[in-house]
Amino acid sequence: MVQQKLRVTLLTGRTIEQGVGKEAGKGTKEYFESTSMCYMDAGDMKKLGIKNNTNILVTTSNGSVVLRAVKYPRGAMPGLIYIPYGPWANAICSSNTTGIGTPSFKGTPAEVEPAPDKPILTLEELLRSEFGR
Amino acid sequence: MSTTVNAVTCPVCGCLCDDIELTIENGVIAKVKNGCAMCESKFLSYKNEHRNKTPLVRKEGKLVPVSYDEAIHKAAEILANANYPILYGWSSTDCEAQRVGVELAEEVGGVLDNTAVVCHGPSILSVQEVGIPTCTLGQIRHRADLVIYWGCDPWSAHPRHLERYTTFTEGRFEGSEWKEYMNKVKASAGKKKLLSLERREIVKRKPEPIIEKVTVNKPPETLSKAGRKLIVIDVRKTMTAEVADYFIQVQPGKDYELMLAIRALVKDHELDVDQVAGVPVEYLEELVDAMVNCEFGVIFFGMGLTQSAGKFRNVDVAISLIRDLNRRTKFAILPMRGHFNVTGANTVSTWQSGYPYSVDFSLGYPRYNPGETSVVDVLLRKESDAALIVASDPASNFPRKAVEHLVANPLIVIDPHMNATALLGDVVFPAAIVGIEKAGTAYRMDHVPLPLKKVVEPPEGILSDEEILSRILEEVRVIKSQKMQEAA
Repeated sequence: MVQQKLRVTLLTGRTIEQGVGKEAGKGTKEYFESTSMCYMDAGDMKKLGIKNNTNILVTTSNGSVVLRAVKYPRGAMPGLIYIPYGPWANAICSSNTTGIGTPSFKGTPAEVEPAPDKPILTLEELLRSEFGR
Repeated sequence: MSTTVNAVTCPVCGCLCDDIELTIENGVIAKVKNGCAMCESKFLSYKNEHRNKTPLVRKEGKLVPVSYDEAIHKAAEILANANYPILYGWSSTDCEAQRVGVELAEEVGGVLDNTAVVCHGPSILSVQEVGIPTCTLGQIRHRADLVIYWGCDPWSAHPRHLERYTTFTEGRFEGSEWKEYMNKVKASAGKKKLLSLERREIVKRKPEPIIEKVTVNKPPETLSKAGRKLIVIDVRKTMTAEVADYFIQVQPGKDYELMLAIRALVKDHELDVDQVAGVPVEYLEELVDAMVNCEFGVIFFGMGLTQSAGKFRNVDVAISLIRDLNRRTKFAILPMRGHFNVTGANTVSTWQSGYPYSVDFSLGYPRYNPGETSVVDVLLRKESDAALIVASDPASNFPRKAVEHLVANPLIVIDPHMNATALLGDVVFPAAIVGIEKAGTAYRMDHVPLPLKKVVEPPEGILSDEEILSRILEEVRVIKSQKMQEAA
């Protein structure tokens, strides 16, 4: 049965594509494409009834953001989603520093729902929507 | 005219590979040899359209081009008039610029923090608590026969780490496992070919089955073989895990638990449970056998430990495990530092102020208390009233709530490229790229300082981070003395 929403744990981290993108420049297409995406477990995608490259809405207690869902190519990681470091990931990441200065970039509870009709914001649009600049 | 420059140090990640060969044609880098994908991307796109070309100052809501003099005066005014400014970034510039940064932070009484605060800050806290048995990457290259990557994926973040320092390098006493790996790849490619042939025979192709469960495999027999072994422990199967001899998929947030269990087994205690963090205890016993029986082992750890639940406690227990292992064999542990000079930022900050990061100069002397004096906490408490960001992009990499306060106050950015922080900035300085257009010093992840080369000229009129910071510091001193004279 296809579910409307899925509860998952959000991890953020590095990917080689994001690394190449950030070195080429934060305004490049490479950076946009490698950071405005979200790796998902193939089984979880099946549960939501979505295909590779479908847009999804990821929501945490800090906000929500539209991203492109990509099937994780290596093995299973049910209940986990992985967003490469970047402004899109940090729009929803936990800011809790647990008293030692480092925010919890890994392990934020999140909800994923299909959003095939919602567009992914560009860097400028995202910054404007968040900070009005 | 084309010239070749040898032994260039790559200014991208903490590996600081110093064997890069660049071909320069007519003053422009045309070819990169020996580098990884990120290295090539940096050396070949240094001149692209996303480069900041002139200093910018925000006037009536828009960034407008101005001269360096005007921008420096504006930046100095902001810093001199601020009560509690933040001076953040520093990890992607040279030690020479970082040194000026410490002086400037002391002069303006601000909070000096580097990017370690959002990555390996917890590791530093642990090292201060329990110490660290460590070594240089050279020793690992020549001697390590067991390499464990825990919560890190060098294939993605430090692409040449395996080939230069660990499993795939030809050391003096330990050989490279590259051939073994290539044989494995060839074998699996052959298998895939056969499968695809089979599929073509059958008209109705079955879709590939979706694996829905995480299964930790039994350790392979090769784990007890002679020669280098590679083990990866992570919450998901990473690129590095695919090349490893053995991969353990730990349940998210349970690294601490797993490591404690391994510590108990190293001390020959028996565990009363069947599995820990999703890993059967009998497999752990075999893993511990491999650890105890190796000649020289090393654990590299990354954000998987420092950014997930437990943070510095995860690193505490990892270092304690190394201490236990050192009673039975030889083991070392190293953090996988991200930016090329984040280790330098900690080192410079330590030798100048006594503390590696999150240093607060507001009382006139350095104070260090991560959680209070760390930049994300200062921003979340909305205490700062200005910020200077050098060679970093907190608007992309800080949680949104922290960035909200950062942009609510005057924001000065020094960066070669236009990034999210520069887009939101009030004063933006273009800078020469350290390691390409400016020579300097950087510290590798194992605390070995290496020289960075200047291989091409910076765009005309573009200053380096060090020059910009020195001029801001000079201007701040002028403004402050004027203010004192006025007050007198």
